[in-house]
Amino acid sequence: MNIAVVVRQVPDLVEPLEIDASGTALDMDEVEFLINETDDHALEQALLLKESGGGSVTVVAIDFGEVDDVLYTAAAKGADRIVKIPYDDEDCPPRPTEAAAMIAEAVKDIKDIDAELVLVGSSAHDELEGVLAPLLAIKLELPYLGVIRGVKPGEGGQVTAFKEFPGAAMAQMNVKLPAVLGILAADQPPRYVPVSRIRAAMKSTEFEEKETAAAETETGVTVLRMYHPEPSERAEMLTGSEDDVAARLAEILKEKGVIQ
Amino acid sequence: MTTLQTDPGMEFLAQRVDGDPAFGCIQCGTCAASCPLGAAMEYPPRQLILQARSGNLDKILSSASLWMCVGCHTCSSRCPRGIELADDLWPALRDRAMQEGIQPPAELQETFQNIFKYGNSLGESARKRLDWAKELDVPLRDLSKEPTAVEVLWLVCDYPSYYPRNQVVTRDFARVLTALGVRWGVLGNKEKAVGDCDRLYGEEGLFEMLVENNKKLFDKYQFEKIVTLDAHSYRALEHFYPRYGAEYPVEHYTSYLADRLDLLKPLLTKPVKATVTYHDNCCIGRRADIFDQPRMLLEAIPGVKLVEMARNRENALCCGGGGGGMWLDGHIVEHGGQRLSDQRVRQAAEVGAEVLAVSCPLELSRFEDSTKVAGLENKLLVRDIIELLAESMDLGEKEKQ
Repeated sequence: MNIAVVVRQVPDLVEPLEIDASGTALDMDEVEFLINETDDHALEQALLLKESGGGSVTVVAIDFGEVDDVLYTAAAKGADRIVKIPYDDEDCPPRPTEAAAMIAEAVKDIKDIDAELVLVGSSAHDELEGVLAPLLAIKLELPYLGVIRGVKPGEGGQVTAFKEFPGAAMAQMNVKLPAVLGILAADQPPRYVPVSRIRAAMKSTEFEEKETAAAETETGVTVLRMYHPEPSERAEMLTGSEDDVAARLAEILKEKGVIQ
Repeated sequence: MTTLQTDPGMEFLAQRVDGDPAFGCIQCGTCAASCPLGAAMEYPPRQLILQARSGNLDKILSSASLWMCVGCHTCSSRCPRGIELADDLWPALRDRAMQEGIQPPAELQETFQNIFKYGNSLGESARKRLDWAKELDVPLRDLSKEPTAVEVLWLVCDYPSYYPRNQVVTRDFARVLTALGVRWGVLGNKEKAVGDCDRLYGEEGLFEMLVENNKKLFDKYQFEKIVTLDAHSYRALEHFYPRYGAEYPVEHYTSYLADRLDLLKPLLTKPVKATVTYHDNCCIGRRADIFDQPRMLLEAIPGVKLVEMARNRENALCCGGGGGGMWLDGHIVEHGGQRLSDQRVRQAAEVGAEVLAVSCPLELSRFEDSTKVAGLENKLLVRDIIELLAESMDLGEKEKQ
């Protein structure tokens, strides 16, 4: 099975996020990046499918942030081809509509990929709505199934996908290929690859570049203000002797209806 | 008969173990009997060599035993054939396992990834490297901002930079160095992890990357010697960096200060009344024979009564934090092993110690956690030697809090 996997860069929350002078966007000079966690799972799922049934894994990424590090790691883990889509704006990450158009064009146009399955993380921490995967499916004119926790190879041009519903209910579904799946988690955690492998990949891996036409960036949505969460009400600090604190605590729990 | 030398699967090992003394193993079992976790291992060290020799490499590479060594070096230091089990054999096998796609325990994976991505084992932001110095009351020279020649390039290292309990010790050391009139500097936000004494628990590619990056960094600055609080970094710089062509004069703080005892002694004015026992850490102790210097420092402090645990010096029990053990407690306990730090604090209490003095940054949190497990909280205090020196110099932060 030939699989295309989309990976994205998201801001690393280990670094404090700053808002830029415009007050409507992150200050990209202060941002470090890492691979979107569910995309990492999508890659793992693709590698597992390839290992169990053969085929190839092509990783597709828009050239933003520190994506090269992620791509070399993907190559070290066993991705066969790496396709990078040039992107010029260093200060503004591609919005999902724009990204979907660019990725769809790349996936359609690249000869020989012939992807039967497109895997992408079902959301990202800077895109919790999770619209990239379904938008991509629309652009590719393929069926879409999201919030998938595990994919098994199936019979007759199908795969079996395990979809999670609220309350942790699971559904087992057969999906006719080709299709786009939004991955929440792979069958196993993303694998560790030793650094010597990554460094070897840095020397030997060649990225394929795929220019895409400038995509429509109009989303119909304008950011008016970006801001850090503002606390609306401070916590009440209980002071005094242990007995006073215990009595007040009991009172509060009664007021809130937690105890009778 | 298949031997280590004739087994193609073991060729890599023959190249790794310098002078291949592994072939000289006489199967005496001293290593297995000495190993503090050997009883819980499916393949204790002697068995591991036997299986490797017999061509059963797959068995040992996929065994949980491979990730139970905490690098205490007891086996290596007692081996009659001088086989470097802890520093060479074990890491080489772990590296080989990872090359074959065998996954290290999850917590250790995360540590490797933290070091690779952030340059420190705690996964903290590089920009917070100097957070420990925010409330420092002595001047700090950040060489990354003002490059200038210094006597001492102080590599602060990961735990002393980031971990709150260790930061107290770090500030105390800055005060002690300053009181001694030393011209010292740090690398600020440019500093990255040094690696470890056993080449990063088998992650040799990562270790090699750190050495290359650190060499480039250190070579930018002028200093007479490197001094570090981190026993693991000390051993890495002293023993393994030269193998990669990166040689620097380096000292652990205990030997650095012991050499300056004449200057230090007149400053140790305030008595620290306590019965103290010293825990020999494995990196400066068994590996580098630095046994006397820490004791000289403690004995120089007025009021300190130094007592020895039954297991001391080359026979000291490890805290369990080396060899990646800091991130392997879960794996080790899951496979029937014990946290060695839990045993060690009881040994300290048995000899009537009120203070367990340490000289390795991993030990503060390990032993403090263990005093809680062993019911010794507030009975046995865990303190770095630096804290006791600083207290006697009336510079100590902890007792002022």
